[in-house]
Amino acid sequence: MRAVIAEDSVLLRIGLVKVLQTAGFEVAAETDDADGLLAAVEEHRPDIAVVDVRMPPGFTDEGVHAALLIRRQWPDTAVLLLSQYVEERYAADLLTAHTSGIGYLLKQRVADVEDFIAALRRVASGGTALDPQVVAQLLVRRHRDPLDRLTPREREVLEAMAQGRSNAGIAEGLVISESAVAKHINSIFVKLDLPVADGDHRRVLAVLRFLGVG
Amino acid sequence: MRLPTAPRAALERLRRDAVFGLAGIAVQFLALLVMSVPWLIYDQAASLPAVLLNVALPVGALAALSPAFTRTQRRRFAALRGVDIPGPARWGWQVRYNLLAAPAIACGGLLAWILAVVGLEGATVFLWRPLVGRPKFLPTTVVEAYLTALGLALLAVAYWLIGALARLDVRLATAMLGPDPAKELERRVEDLTERRAGTVDAADAERRRIERDLHDGAQQRLVSMAVNLGLAKATLSDLPEEARKVIDEAHREAKEAIEELNNLVRGLHPAVLDDRGLDAALSGLAARATLPVRLRVDLPERPAPTVEAVAYFVVSESLANVTKHARATEAEVTVVRTGEILRVVIADDGVGGADPGRGSGLTGLVGRVGSVDGTFDLSSPRGGPTVITVELPCVL
Repeated sequence: MRAVIAEDSVLLRIGLVKVLQTAGFEVAAETDDADGLLAAVEEHRPDIAVVDVRMPPGFTDEGVHAALLIRRQWPDTAVLLLSQYVEERYAADLLTAHTSGIGYLLKQRVADVEDFIAALRRVASGGTALDPQVVAQLLVRRHRDPLDRLTPREREVLEAMAQGRSNAGIAEGLVISESAVAKHINSIFVKLDLPVADGDHRRVLAVLRFLGVG
Repeated sequence: MRLPTAPRAALERLRRDAVFGLAGIAVQFLALLVMSVPWLIYDQAASLPAVLLNVALPVGALAALSPAFTRTQRRRFAALRGVDIPGPARWGWQVRYNLLAAPAIACGGLLAWILAVVGLEGATVFLWRPLVGRPKFLPTTVVEAYLTALGLALLAVAYWLIGALARLDVRLATAMLGPDPAKELERRVEDLTERRAGTVDAADAERRRIERDLHDGAQQRLVSMAVNLGLAKATLSDLPEEARKVIDEAHREAKEAIEELNNLVRGLHPAVLDDRGLDAALSGLAARATLPVRLRVDLPERPAPTVEAVAYFVVSESLANVTKHARATEAEVTVVRTGEILRVVIADDGVGGADPGRGSGLTGLVGRVGSVDGTFDLSSPRGGPTVITVELPCVL
């Protein structure tokens, strides 16, 4: 699999290259701004672009705009955004537009190399990865709504779903059986009044509802 | 001849007061010149209207010339007295000074000089009396001695009078030629408010600079180090158990250091506050609190950066206090902008009894809120709940 990196901090870029190579990715290009990133994606058509949210020249949310553009223009390229802090509205923006091949993590998660590589592979193969911090930040905005009807355990399951984990991943993380996870997920669908449709779509809808954008 | 210090200083003071007073008298001669002009023209004015005219006209002229006299007087005060009288002068008061106070003081000054000359004459009677023989009014040496004593006394009075008049003049002129005290106070308040805002902004800028420096420097380095250690941990599988342990430990500590640094920056001035405003910064804060926090932020537009920083600090400190002292199960943070007022309310369901006087984080909070003219209100009865209400002006 091939990747491009857009990150303006040299130190972190070097680290990212090493991590990506360890994970078996070929790093096709490294850039330090959004324009360079778009050019590199156009040229190399990578499987994934690892992108810093805050880049020159404006140092605000160049990476988010670039990510949305990449997902629209080159649907085969997944995007994993890295940021010094997470802003749940970016997550909402990203996930409303695209529910696959999108990740949004804190920069410091790169240090947990194994978890980070798992998230990287998940996103590159069309999944999602959402930082637990995003999920926590979304929770503080929740007031009276259907989410209040969830039990704490169901909420944990939904949080894990929002992070992009599979049933097996959730089961492992919460130390429960996969069938218990499936039971919780069904209960979540019912409590959130989600229409009966194919499993994956409902799953995405549940997460979107959770993010307050569905 | 070297005089001891004290008399030398007294003489120097006398010289300064005298020159200053004489200059004041000289200015009054200018005024007299103006007064005398009509009398030169109507030299035999006898009728009442003519006399009135001859008085009213020059007095009016003097009043009209008052600003010029004020300028002259200001120069005299600045040059001879080192007293700067700021403008603008009020019309009525400067006319009163120039037409009444200054002439009166000049008259006093003339009197002092007359006393001085007479006193000098009396005091030196033993020197000049032998030259003029023995006049009738000095029949005996005893009378001469009295005269000397009287002369010395008059000299002392003149000395005192010259000094006192100079001091009186300074006080009157500062009060009468200076600007309106109320306006002056207003100006000063304005000036101080501006300066304080400058100080507060400077402190704010300093916090931002520290945040940037930490982010560009130590934070990046730590993340890089943690990544390298993480890589070592993930890839070097054939290391001896002990080496693995050391790498594990180092990796964990690097990550903790990152977390600590992040916490420090969050308490200082997080980047998200500048980039995305209060709403985003507070949700990060609320999500990290160790108890469930409900957050409601309603801001149609962003307040001034300094106000945002204060509001952020208020929530940050309050939540830290809630965690430390309140034994609460949940907290609620509300930030609403009504007109020009930003209202921040932090409520918890804890045990209450918070007291800003007991050197908790609350003291710093009150100070920071006061620095932007905000108000701080704390309601924390024993048994709870505790509600902190802070109101900040949105524009400084």
